[in-house]
Amino acid sequence: MNMKISEVEPGVWEIPPTEKPGMRVPARIIATKELIDTMDEGVFNQVTNVACLPGIVKYALCMPDGHWGYGFPIGGVAAFDLKEGVISPGGIGFDINCGMRLIRTNLVLEQVEPVLEKLMDTLFELVPAGVGCKGLLKLNKEEFAEVVQEGVPWAVQRGYGWPEDVQFIEQGGGLPGANPEKVSEKALSRGMEQLGTLGSGNHYLEVQVVKEENVYDWETARRFGIEFPGQIVVMIHCGSRGFGHQVATDYLRVFEKAMPKYGITIIDRELGCAPFNSPEGKDYHAAMLCAANAAFANRQMIIHRIREGFEKVFKKSAQALGMQTVYDVAHNIAKIEEYDLNGGSRKLLVHRKGATRSFGPGDLDICPAYREVGQPVIVGGSMETGSYLLAGTKKAHELTFGSTLHGSGRTMSRTQAKKKVHGRQLQEDMRRRGILVKTVSYAGLAEEAGLAYKDIAAVVEAVHQVGISRKVVRLKPIGNIKG
Amino acid sequence: MGRYEFIPGVAIADLAFEVYADTLNELFSLSAQALFDAMVELEDVRQEQEVLISLSAEKLDNLLFDWLAELVYQKDVDAQLFSQFEVSINEYGSYELEGRVRGEPINPSRHRLKTDVKAITYHMFKLEKKGHGYYARVVLDT
Repeated sequence: MNMKISEVEPGVWEIPPTEKPGMRVPARIIATKELIDTMDEGVFNQVTNVACLPGIVKYALCMPDGHWGYGFPIGGVAAFDLKEGVISPGGIGFDINCGMRLIRTNLVLEQVEPVLEKLMDTLFELVPAGVGCKGLLKLNKEEFAEVVQEGVPWAVQRGYGWPEDVQFIEQGGGLPGANPEKVSEKALSRGMEQLGTLGSGNHYLEVQVVKEENVYDWETARRFGIEFPGQIVVMIHCGSRGFGHQVATDYLRVFEKAMPKYGITIIDRELGCAPFNSPEGKDYHAAMLCAANAAFANRQMIIHRIREGFEKVFKKSAQALGMQTVYDVAHNIAKIEEYDLNGGSRKLLVHRKGATRSFGPGDLDICPAYREVGQPVIVGGSMETGSYLLAGTKKAHELTFGSTLHGSGRTMSRTQAKKKVHGRQLQEDMRRRGILVKTVSYAGLAEEAGLAYKDIAAVVEAVHQVGISRKVVRLKPIGNIKG
Repeated sequence: MGRYEFIPGVAIADLAFEVYADTLNELFSLSAQALFDAMVELEDVRQEQEVLISLSAEKLDNLLFDWLAELVYQKDVDAQLFSQFEVSINEYGSYELEGRVRGEPINPSRHRLKTDVKAITYHMFKLEKKGHGYYARVVLDT
């Protein structure tokens, strides 16, 4: 790395604005020494590019799971002034509101192990996955426009889920300000048949078990519904599907045309942006909120199908099986949030691209059930190594605009991973290790092998040490459906 | 004869490819092939139906972006995959593209599927004249 970087406090690394022409603020990376030493060059380049954007406040940040993306690094966080600052699709990602949902059950490993094969087959049948997969609802454009305006409440009102699900989703799964009129016909037609689908790439559905030795804080875990050793939970990772991808694609072109008008020049075309307080910026924000709602609704539909799958296999109602939502978090999004700056409180537009909100105890945006302990943060690991449930902290509010990591972070490209691993062999190896994997794509499975990712324990330890979230429980996979 | 190849070590979470072609038409056709090669074994996709695509753009690189983005859209909107691409590009002040692509509906039982492409990105995106031919570099969001 040819930029000057120094550890300004334990676990917080800073690149000063003198290191690249145009940097308006320093860039900061949250990491241990070992992680910073192995972080790819792209992260340093991209986080310092973000530091050049108009209206950025305090720092351009990257989380310890950070890696080379496009525009922002994956793991990137940046807050912008609402008057002087910009909104950038490259700071949110094409998969708007890609995120995680975790649901609990009353089941223990001993009840699930004997029927795991049947359970995974049933879920594989019920939850469409893979390239171009279609959902089970046949909606027209008008109906789909209602979905993207309302989000999860639309699904719950129609019986896809439980009324209490809503309170355990970031901002109730329905963001105000979503305006389908700001969305293209193309985006609506691309997404309207994909509601309730997992997609592909690193998206998955996972059945996991809570091991006694993997619980770091039983008190908080119980608050989140994780109550006993051997307990089975289900995690999903997916986003807004073709609808969100099209919204981002459409506005990337809109912003490219608009930038000269506002005198904005950028280092990387993928950082295309417009002032937040401009017609183009406001339109994209309203369209992006539609895509965020579509993603919340997508995860809701999938959870509904998962509950049906469990009911079928265990011959009990999902209520009797205790399949409540633990929480649902977005990790590709921009949100208006309030922070203390220079002694006063200011509203900022916080971009999180591969980063999760991590609000701490007492925050009014957290549902009352969790307000005392901080919000649940769901961190998806690779399918081989497990995932984590963390809790948000006040420190995140002070240090990282209420943000923390989102996953383990890749270290190897898909092309490289496929050269090292064969999908069918990996499936067999994982079965021997007690993880049953179903996939529609063996090539895709090889790309998601554990060796392509950073050590999740190390990246979680980094945020725990710095204090921007704290460890509650590590979850071990026993069954995985890979899109 | 042109060619395309996937390049490792670029944009770690995503998929990047480079294309070398003798003509612009070939460059666009090979780029489309690379795009669908990322998603499926191309030899599995029969050419049973045809879609016509007309596009125009003021800049050539934007035309390539729009062409690939249109194919990603077509893949999702009618759940189909393509394996044959005929392209004709003309310049009349702006660049005009007429495309004829052939493929069939997605069939997971017969198609060896790979990774879905979400979008075309502008990250490291390049189209340039190289020697007597053309060169393009594209990073896909997967």
